[in-house]
Amino acid sequence: MARGRIRAKLRKSHLYSFCLFRSSGSGGQSIGGPGFSRTVYCNEPQVLNQKPYRSNIISTTKYNFFSFLPKALYEQFHRVANLYFLGCAIASLTPLSPFSPVSMIAPLAFVVGLSMAKEGLEDWRRFMQDREVNSRKVHVHNEEGGFGKKTWEDVRVGDVVKVEKDQFFPADLLLLSSNYEDGICYVETMNLDGETNLKAKKALEATLGLDEDDNFNNFKGIIKCEDPNPSLYTFVGNLEYEGKVYAIDPTQILLRDSKLRNTEFVYGVVIFTGHDSKVMQNSTRSPSKRSRVEKKMDYIIYVLFSVLLVISLISSFGFAVEIKYSMPVWWFMRPQDADEYYSPKKPVISGLSHMVTALMLYGYLIPISLYVSIEVVKVLQATFINQDIQMYDEDTGIPAQARTSNLNEELGQVDTILSDKTGTLTCNQMDFLKCSIAGIPYGVSPSEVELAAAQQMANDQEDQGELKTLVASKKEKAHKSPIKGFNFEDNRLMNGNWLKEPTAARIMLFCQILAVCHTAIPELNEETGNYTYEAESPDEGSFLVAARELGFEFFQRTQSSVFVREKYTASGKPIEREYKILNVLEFTSKRKRMTVIVRDGEGQILLLCKGADSIIFDRLSKDGKLYLEDTTRHLNDYGEAGLRTLALAYRKLEESEYTAWNNEFQKAKTSIGADRDAMLENAADMMERDLFLVGATAVEDKLQKGVPQCIDKLAQAGLKLWVLTGDKMETAINIGFACSLLRQGMKQICITESGSEDKQEVKEDILKQITNGLEMIKQENDPHAAFALIIDGKTLAYALEDDMKLKFLGLAVECASVICCRVSPKQKALVTRLVKQGTGKTTLAIGDGANDVGMIQEADIGVGISGVEGMQAVMASDFSVSQFRFLERLLVVHGHWCYKRIAQMICYFFYKNIAFGLTLFYFEAFTGFSGQSVYDDWYMLLFNVVLTSLPVMSLGVFEQDVSSEVCLEFPAVYQQGPRNLFFDWYRILGWMGNGLLCSLIIFFINIIILYDQAFRAEGQTADLAVLGTTMFTCTVWSLNCQIALTMSHFTWIQHVTIWGSIAAWYIFLLIYGALSPRISGDAYQILVEALAPAPIYWQTTLLATIACTLPYMAHIAYQRCFEPEDHHIIQEIKYYRKDVEDQHMWTRERSKARQKTKIGFTARVDAKIRQVRAKLNKKQ
Amino acid sequence: MDTDRERHRARETAFYLFTQQSLPACKPVLTPGWVIAIFLFMGVIFIPVGLVTLRASHCVVEIVDRYDIDCVPEPSRMDKVSYIQDDSIPKNCSRFMKVHKYMKAPIYIYYQLDNYYQNHRRYVKSRSDKQLLDGQKYHDTSYCQPVESNNNRPIVPCGLIAWSLFNDTFEFIREGAELKVNRKNIAWKSDRGHKFGKNVYPFNFQNGTLIGGGKLNPEIPLSDQEDLIVWMRTSALPSFRKLYGRIEEDLDVDDVVVVNLMNNYNTYSFGGKKKLVLSTSSWLGGKNDFLGHACVFVGCSSLTLAIIFVLLHVKYRRPYGDMSYLPWNRKSFSG
Repeated sequence: MARGRIRAKLRKSHLYSFCLFRSSGSGGQSIGGPGFSRTVYCNEPQVLNQKPYRSNIISTTKYNFFSFLPKALYEQFHRVANLYFLGCAIASLTPLSPFSPVSMIAPLAFVVGLSMAKEGLEDWRRFMQDREVNSRKVHVHNEEGGFGKKTWEDVRVGDVVKVEKDQFFPADLLLLSSNYEDGICYVETMNLDGETNLKAKKALEATLGLDEDDNFNNFKGIIKCEDPNPSLYTFVGNLEYEGKVYAIDPTQILLRDSKLRNTEFVYGVVIFTGHDSKVMQNSTRSPSKRSRVEKKMDYIIYVLFSVLLVISLISSFGFAVEIKYSMPVWWFMRPQDADEYYSPKKPVISGLSHMVTALMLYGYLIPISLYVSIEVVKVLQATFINQDIQMYDEDTGIPAQARTSNLNEELGQVDTILSDKTGTLTCNQMDFLKCSIAGIPYGVSPSEVELAAAQQMANDQEDQGELKTLVASKKEKAHKSPIKGFNFEDNRLMNGNWLKEPTAARIMLFCQILAVCHTAIPELNEETGNYTYEAESPDEGSFLVAARELGFEFFQRTQSSVFVREKYTASGKPIEREYKILNVLEFTSKRKRMTVIVRDGEGQILLLCKGADSIIFDRLSKDGKLYLEDTTRHLNDYGEAGLRTLALAYRKLEESEYTAWNNEFQKAKTSIGADRDAMLENAADMMERDLFLVGATAVEDKLQKGVPQCIDKLAQAGLKLWVLTGDKMETAINIGFACSLLRQGMKQICITESGSEDKQEVKEDILKQITNGLEMIKQENDPHAAFALIIDGKTLAYALEDDMKLKFLGLAVECASVICCRVSPKQKALVTRLVKQGTGKTTLAIGDGANDVGMIQEADIGVGISGVEGMQAVMASDFSVSQFRFLERLLVVHGHWCYKRIAQMICYFFYKNIAFGLTLFYFEAFTGFSGQSVYDDWYMLLFNVVLTSLPVMSLGVFEQDVSSEVCLEFPAVYQQGPRNLFFDWYRILGWMGNGLLCSLIIFFINIIILYDQAFRAEGQTADLAVLGTTMFTCTVWSLNCQIALTMSHFTWIQHVTIWGSIAAWYIFLLIYGALSPRISGDAYQILVEALAPAPIYWQTTLLATIACTLPYMAHIAYQRCFEPEDHHIIQEIKYYRKDVEDQHMWTRERSKARQKTKIGFTARVDAKIRQVRAKLNKKQ
Repeated sequence: MDTDRERHRARETAFYLFTQQSLPACKPVLTPGWVIAIFLFMGVIFIPVGLVTLRASHCVVEIVDRYDIDCVPEPSRMDKVSYIQDDSIPKNCSRFMKVHKYMKAPIYIYYQLDNYYQNHRRYVKSRSDKQLLDGQKYHDTSYCQPVESNNNRPIVPCGLIAWSLFNDTFEFIREGAELKVNRKNIAWKSDRGHKFGKNVYPFNFQNGTLIGGGKLNPEIPLSDQEDLIVWMRTSALPSFRKLYGRIEEDLDVDDVVVVNLMNNYNTYSFGGKKKLVLSTSSWLGGKNDFLGHACVFVGCSSLTLAIIFVLLHVKYRRPYGDMSYLPWNRKSFSG
């Protein structure tokens, strides 16, 4: 869906300002003033004085039917090279042209036409998407008084619309009422900010009565509000309704592109339509990115332009001299009749006009077909990426997708990967794995880290049998995880067995806390009869699932109560209990805890609390510390296994105690002023004391499939991985451990802010920490030592300031892994920019949510994770994969191949055009610089289009230096890309030199052989056509043989293109020669009659071909023998089938290739193995 | 049915392999064995070919006689241009050519012009292939500028090339008897048959003020004007030979051939040389030592390279497919 992309300027914390019962302080002070001029007449869109606001039609297309041609043409000729070719095409219509006009115009028309067709197709797709969106249906109040269906595009400002459950809002609406009495509705803003949790919106009290279709017949009102703007989290306006004025704040605004959830229907008035809506105002076009290789190609083009200019200058100078001194005596040219162009009297004018001719004649130096070939090749490469079955996710049915084909080769040069965490590395799914209740640990399922370590050990032959059985048992169990969010395994608690435990009462309490202390909403799944939960965080969801599975099913929430069905009771019959919610003290990152105060069925008031262990432990009563010691020990164990932990506690309250406190609390709540928050905080703090510790939970933040292995491979390929996450530091470090970015023995450099008020002081402190870190790294003697840098968002804000950022970057690049936590989307983009500009290396950003859009657009390559619901990241990305693990194949296989293919292809292109173009220049010296081409126009036309284009394209599409399996086995080969071994100036100039040499060899061999002597036994001498054709034959052969030498992978396709191109030349000669001489001129019957019977023709072809390829062949033979590159060695191993003969060596080398890495799964598993062995040794 | 299904499946498999980029492929590796073998092979091919070519070239006997200066009478040599432009002076001239080696028939007669830019763009363009084939039926002669019409009537054949037709003539006398010169079949057969019209006769050619080179007999169709056809094949380089005719008798050693020539053509204004060439031909064509030398040179280079590679391998042998060269085994690797 082509929706707007959210600018990366959101701060996550702002989203929480949607919190339920908070009113915005911004009144309508400036309404009606500048910037606040919008007036909406509700329910009377046809009112005459209604300003004509924009319609609700959205269009994300670049062009329309009429503007396509001029605009697209402008885009095309914006490119310097195309402009040059356009100039040539125009000049070809004048007598200055050395060629016929068709040979100049046809290729240009082809190139431009193809690019425009591509543009047009892309725009057409956008148009179809827009049309789909515009033609969606919604219920709109009509004049007859009922609600009728209308398409989105017909929705006007002021319309009253009714949106039903799970529908998107067609425009920005003012919420009037919902099916709930209190006018609450829930929306999902996935498309706006990537958040999956629901947000509540609340209608104004005044409009609550408008909750039925009939009530709208007489509904009138006037909304005065701000003008369209992109700020998602503010809204200023008021509603005049029934003579009163009510202030509207963001809580009443339903934004386009968000979705109604958990609410049957809502009524709303349309305020902003179409491009005026906030989400559309936010949309930015993704910046067009160009790959490094292409940017460098521009420089080569400039070099060639200079060469072109120089030889054109030489030509025109020579021409002017010839015109001045020789022309008067060349009676056979009738100089006395010469026009200006050849007039000996005006050599300067002749010279200048000849410049135009020369620029066109030598235009072959600048390969016009290069652009079109690259375009075609990249599209084909992208098709292969899309088609790759090994990047196809069977679970979701989504293949990898190259959304732009511009950056294929850039994939092969990535140096740093910046990754989002949630949804990218992790599934954003929490599995309830273990718990500790009343000092007893429950839960036997292993975490992923434990499992991987066990498997690795099983593969190790030296391991004892004991370990193996351990592994086997663990393996079996790991396979069943039927319930989402629940991976708990313990017979002591499951199936009601907890009733038999001695601590049954505590266990029940534990489950009650899980089932009651939350803000989630239950949803009945009609098919399974089970309840699923819409929770604010996935942790909470997993708790509810766990409670359900243990027999405490939360099934209903009303405004005042929570209902829980207890499945296993002493009596054996399920009971439903109601808990009246008295207060909810919400979770904030500062409080790190959440509390509900409820009255249970018996009238007992309970305070149930869950929170970070450190916070809870401080608030325990003396008695409450009964299980403290055991629980602490278990929490440490869980932490080591990479699990997220929370402690649970409760407190019984007396009625009087509660009433007293509640009065305080209500007072604080209704107070107005700056200290309201502090007062609320204090009140909550008063109550959350003297708790009794019940137990602790451990949930696993489930990693996506294959993430640790993928990170491992990427590390082996020499890539650096930075994790940028909005999570808090502890979670981020946990995940760092889980996905092997961190491991024991790694030195962690944590940079945090001191909390001081003075900005300067803070900065100095941070600078000191950075310097210390750098010092530490410098002093490290152990070459295997690895460092990890962990920094939080606030500190990062300072570290990213201009005076400090380079130092920070210096530290960061020294560290093996970098984790930035609590970063805002904007900071993600800033970090990306810093890395990109600071190191000058290629960066790749990968993420899944709207909060990653900035980072994805900023990085050299943006990769979006598709498959989750939100499409923002994917829409902004250049490539999309459905799983993080596919990144490995995308980079190490496709990236590596595409980089080499494009690099070799461009080099070869320049080689071939230099080899060809310069022969034209040499020939000039023999024609008095007159601009006569040695080749027939048709040969020149076909040269780039048919005779040499297909082999180089097959190189660009199909070449593989090593097979995909080898790429994956030896990720180190990937380093050739980031080190840019195949497109450095040394290599480019080498190829150009080769082209120069080839042109010299071909030209002079032909000139000397066909100079004046008869070339046939019948005594005929060579004329221009014979020389041109022979020279051209030599060129076709040499260039095609050269590319055969360049390739290392021949399927039938390569054979067909290379040898087919050569055959095509002869076939063309036959056909062209058979045409009437009116068309073919001197080339009439040239092959059949003149050339084919002449042995000298074939001999010259052979000689020139071999002489041209000989130097290159000697070069590659020497290079392979004495300066082999990585892929050479591997090719040889494969060629000699050494891998088959010597399996042991092959395995050893593969494992050797890994040892260098400091981070990654392998390193982590090694550490774990050491730990387990140590334990086993102790036992023995 | 079954074979159909099998074929279908085979096609599907092939397509799958194609999309997965795993088509069966040949992956040649330039191992030392191959390198040396290829270089040796090229050497072995090229040296004999070169020697055979050289031999053929040496068999060709060639006599070259420059006559442009000697055919101008002594007194006029100070101002050769006015001599050649003065129609009143007879231009006949006699040359003696001594045969230094036995020449076997057919002996080809060439005239050679130097410093004559027949490949100049202004010159090359100035012709109309359509008119040559269709005559006056074809009216658009704009290509032929500046020699397209005279007295408002079109010129056939038009254009600078035809207009500047070479018009020296040669007669050969051996021991008092005229040597028969065959001037037929000196142009390409396809040119005579399909490029120059059989019913197109010279018209308004070299008339009035527009007089350049040779004239044409207006009675003979263009397809039979072989001198014109040969001349119209513009040369590639500013120095060129064109076929004049064939002597179909053998010439013995020490034969002296007297050439009576009409020195009509003006090359003096731009300092061009005129030469008369008698040459036999071999299977290769004319005398062409360069081709043979180049072949031998390439062959020798290949052989030398082969030897160098053999020596290099003996001295610095690198075991192929050796793991110690892999990046992680090399110290220099810094990734």
